[in-house]
Amino acid sequence: MTETMTANGFALDDGGQRVVVDPICRIEGHLRIEVNVDENNVIRNAVSTGNMWRGLEIILKGRDPRDAWAFTERICGVCTGVHALASCRAVEDALGIKIPPNANSIRNLMMLAQYTQDHLVHFYHLHALDWVDVVSALSADPNATSALQQSISNWPKSSPGYFRDVQNKIKRFVESGQLGPFANAYWGSPAYKLPPEANLMAVTHYLEALDFQKEIVKIHTIFGGRNPHPNWLVGGMPCSINVAEAGAVGAVNMAWLNQVSDIINNSIAFVDQVYIPDLKAIASFYKDWNFGGGLSSQNVMAYGEFPAIPNDYTNESWMLPNGAILGGDLSQVHDVDPRDPDQIQEFVTHSWYTYDDAHKDSGLHPWDGETEPKFELGPNAKGTKTNIEALDEGGKYSWLKAPRWRGNAMEVGPLARYLVAYARGQEDIKAQVDGLLADLDLPITALFSTLGRTAARGLECSWTAHKMRDVFDDMMTNIKSGDTATANMQMWEPSTWPADTRGVGFGEAPRGALGHWIHIQDSKIANYQAVVPTTWNASPRDPAGNIGAYEAALLGTPMADPHQPLEILRTIHSFDPCLACASHVISPDGQELASVKIR
Amino acid sequence: MPAHETFYDVMRQHGITRRSFIKFCTLTTAGLGLEPAFVGKIAHALETKPRTPVIWLHGLECTCCSESFIRSGNPLASDVVLSMISLDYDDTLMAAAGHQAEELLQQTVDKYDGQYILACEGNPPLNEDGMYCIQAGRPYVEKLRYMADHCKAIIAWGSCASWGCVQAARPNPTRATPIHKVILDKPIVKVPGCPPIAEVMTGVITYMIAFGELPPLDRQGRPKMFYGQRLHDKCYRRPHFDAGQFVEHFDDENARKGYCLYKVGCKGPTTYNACSTVEWNGGLSWPVKSGHGCLGCAEDNFWDKGSFYSPVTNFGVMGQAEATADKIGGVLAGAAAVGVAAHAAVSAASHMRRNRGEEKTSHD
Repeated sequence: MTETMTANGFALDDGGQRVVVDPICRIEGHLRIEVNVDENNVIRNAVSTGNMWRGLEIILKGRDPRDAWAFTERICGVCTGVHALASCRAVEDALGIKIPPNANSIRNLMMLAQYTQDHLVHFYHLHALDWVDVVSALSADPNATSALQQSISNWPKSSPGYFRDVQNKIKRFVESGQLGPFANAYWGSPAYKLPPEANLMAVTHYLEALDFQKEIVKIHTIFGGRNPHPNWLVGGMPCSINVAEAGAVGAVNMAWLNQVSDIINNSIAFVDQVYIPDLKAIASFYKDWNFGGGLSSQNVMAYGEFPAIPNDYTNESWMLPNGAILGGDLSQVHDVDPRDPDQIQEFVTHSWYTYDDAHKDSGLHPWDGETEPKFELGPNAKGTKTNIEALDEGGKYSWLKAPRWRGNAMEVGPLARYLVAYARGQEDIKAQVDGLLADLDLPITALFSTLGRTAARGLECSWTAHKMRDVFDDMMTNIKSGDTATANMQMWEPSTWPADTRGVGFGEAPRGALGHWIHIQDSKIANYQAVVPTTWNASPRDPAGNIGAYEAALLGTPMADPHQPLEILRTIHSFDPCLACASHVISPDGQELASVKIR
Repeated sequence: MPAHETFYDVMRQHGITRRSFIKFCTLTTAGLGLEPAFVGKIAHALETKPRTPVIWLHGLECTCCSESFIRSGNPLASDVVLSMISLDYDDTLMAAAGHQAEELLQQTVDKYDGQYILACEGNPPLNEDGMYCIQAGRPYVEKLRYMADHCKAIIAWGSCASWGCVQAARPNPTRATPIHKVILDKPIVKVPGCPPIAEVMTGVITYMIAFGELPPLDRQGRPKMFYGQRLHDKCYRRPHFDAGQFVEHFDDENARKGYCLYKVGCKGPTTYNACSTVEWNGGLSWPVKSGHGCLGCAEDNFWDKGSFYSPVTNFGVMGQAEATADKIGGVLAGAAAVGVAAHAAVSAASHMRRNRGEEKTSHD
C-alpha cells in the first residue's frame, strides 16, 4: 500500500482492491470511475476518466461567429441551450452588441425552464434509483403510501387506489420477466433505506415526472421553436413579439404568452408539491449517510447567472451571484474574472493531450491554450491500448483537461452556487437553505455531502420555477409599456465588426460554471474555447497533485458490497455528470489540425 | 406468466380496456399517416407480438435524441418504455452500471439472437483505434459491431448516426462515422434530425413493432412517411414566399407579421422533414413558426453548407432537380422589386417541379 497526501489535503491509498465501474450509467456521455477499497470496503483512492472526445472547437475554426451558437448548442442535448447562450454572449461581448430587455427576459425564461426541467429529470430519472428500491415498492401497502403522500404534500394524486394501480402496473412489469431498464440492478441491497411505502411513492413520481417534464420545455418551443435544441440569435432572440397588430398569429402573441404563464404555474406546482416533498422524505431516511462532501467544504466557485439588468454580467445584475470560496472560509467570497489569465487555467499533465515542451506542465488560460491529442496509458496501466483493465493515474488517464482557479481544484454546480449565494448573504437563498435544514434538523455542515448536493439542486429547482414567474411578469410589464423589441440587428453585418476582437461569454449551466472564449479575426472564428462544468468536477489530477471534485468526493465512503457500486453511483450522480460537455474541450490554436491523424 | 407478453397483454394488465386499446391503435395509425384500414392491422400486430427487445447504444453524441424521445406525447415515452418495447440496455436510463450493465448485452445476444432492434444514438469515431469513445475500456465501435452482428435491424437515431453530424463537420478530427458506413450487412432505418421530432421517433418504433419490418424507406434510407416532403412545401409561411413577402432582418416589421424567412437563411426549401406538419413538442411550434429559419438539421452534412443565415442559393452536389426551381424562386424572390409576375413565376416553377415528381438524389 502506498499512502500519499494530495496537495489539496486528501489522503490517498492505492493499495487494497481495485474496483472499476465503466460505464457509469444514468448520466450524459461516457464516464469511467476506478476506486481502491481497503479491507473494510472503504474507498481510499479514486480515479475519474472522461471516456470521449469530439473536438468541436477545431470544427468551429474559420466559421461565421453568428453560427457558433448552433454548433456549441450540440455540445450537449441534455442541458440544451446553455452553450448556445454562452456562445451568443461571447460573440456579443467581442462585438460590443447590446441586446434588448425582452431578449434578456426571454433568455432568462429559457434558462430558468432549462434548469427546472433538467433538475427534475436528474432527480427522478438519473439519481432516484440510487436511493429508491423499485422492487421494494411491490410490497408496499398502497394505503400507507397514500397516508404518507397526504402527510407531506397536497398533491392531488394521492389516493390509495391511484397508488394501487401504479403498484399493479409495476408488478405486471416485473412478473413479465422483461425488466428493461431495471434489469440486473441492485434491488434488495442493504444500502437502500426507504420503507416500501416511500419506495412506491417515489416510483410513482418517477413515472409522473417522466410525463410532466416534457411540459416545462414547451417554453423553449414557444420562444425557440423546439426542444431539444431551440434556436437562439446573436443580438437577441429570433422570435418577434406581436400582441396587438395584424399578423400576430405569426409571432409570439397573447395566446402563446398565456400558455407560457400556465406552464410556469404548473411547473411551480409540480416542483413544490412533488419534487421538494419527495426530496425531504427521502433525505430524512438517509441523514446518517453523510458521505461524499469532497471539495464542497473547501473550494467552490460560481460565475453567476440570470442577469436582471440586460447586458450586465456582474454581481450588480446576477440573480445568483458570482464568487469563489477557498479553504471553506465562508466569511470571504472572492470575485471570479474569466478574463484574467491568472485565474482560470487548464492543465493536461494527466489528460490525453500534450502542450509544447516549454509548457508541458503549465496551466494555460483559454485564450492562450494549445492542444494536441495524445492518447497513451501510464506505465502501470493494466491491459492494452484498446482493452483497458485498469488505468494508471500516475500517467495520462482522461479525455478531460484539469481546469483550475488560481491553481485550485474547484467544485461547481447547484451546491457551489448556493454556498456562494449563502456566503454572500443573499436573503432568498438563505431562507430556503435554513428552512430545509430546520425541517430536517441538520446543521449547515450537512450540506457538504452527496445529499447536500442533491438537496441544493432541489431547492434551486424550486427557486428557478418561482423565478420564471417574476421574470415573466417583468417582461409583460415591459411589453405593456410598448417595447416589443427582441433583437438588436445594428451590428449584424460583418462589415460593421472590428477586424480583430476577443470576447467571453460566461454564466452558469445547471451543472455549474460555464465559459466560452472566442477570438474573431476578419469576420471569422480564429479561436474558440469552452471550459464547462463537468470538466471542473470530473477533472483528473493536475501536476501539483490536486485531485478534482469527483475524485475527492468518493474518498472515505464505505461500500456495502464493492461488487455493487451503488455508493459510487450515488455520489457521482449527485454532480449530474455531463461528459459530452466536458470532454469536447480542445485548444483553439490552429496548429493542432496538423497533429490530428486522419487515416 | 409467459416469458413473452404481447403489448396488448401488458396494456390489459395495466387496466386498459379493449376500447381504449383500439383508440390507441387508431391514434397511432393516424400519427403514422396511414389509412384507417391499418387500424385493424396494428391492433392485430400489437395483440399477438411479444414486447420486442431494444438495445439502445450511445456513441459520440450529445444525447439530444434521447431527450427528444422522452418528449413524446403520443404515445408517451413512459408507455413506450414500459409497455411497447423491452428497453434491455440504454446507458442513459438503466439502473445498473459497470459490469452489471454490460452483462445485459450478452444476455440479450444469447436470448434474442437475431430478434432485437439495435437503436444507435451517436456514431463511432474511427481515429486513434476508436479510443475517442471508450466504453468498458474498449473502443465503442467494437461494441457497436458486436451488437449489430446479432440484431434484427438497426435504427440510426438522429443526424449523428444517420450522417455524422456536428463532430463529423470539417475537419472531422475524430473521424466520426455514420452507422451505415460501419455496419454494411443489416437493414438500417435512418431517422435524421438534430434531434429528430419526438413523435417521429416513437412513430418509427411503433411501426416497426406493429409490422415487424422497417417502414418503407426512400433512397437515402429514411422513412418515407416522415421524410417525404420538404418543409418549404408544407410551410404555413409559404404563401408569403409566393407573395414575395420576406423578413429582411430579424425582428423587423415583417418578422412581426410572420413573413417568409427565406432571406434570413431558412433551409426549408432544401430540407426533408416533418417539422412543418407534425411540429414539435406536441405540435406546439417549430423553428420557422417561432421566427428562426430552418437550419436543415435533418440533411446530410448540414453543418458544412455555409452560414445558417445565407439564403439557399448554392445547392452544391445535392438535389439538382430540386435546385433549379428553387434557385429560380430564390433569385426572383430575392430581387428588390418582387412583383406579382414574379410570384406567379415562382409558384408556376414549383408547380412544374411537383408535376415532374419528387426527384431526390443520393448524397453519397
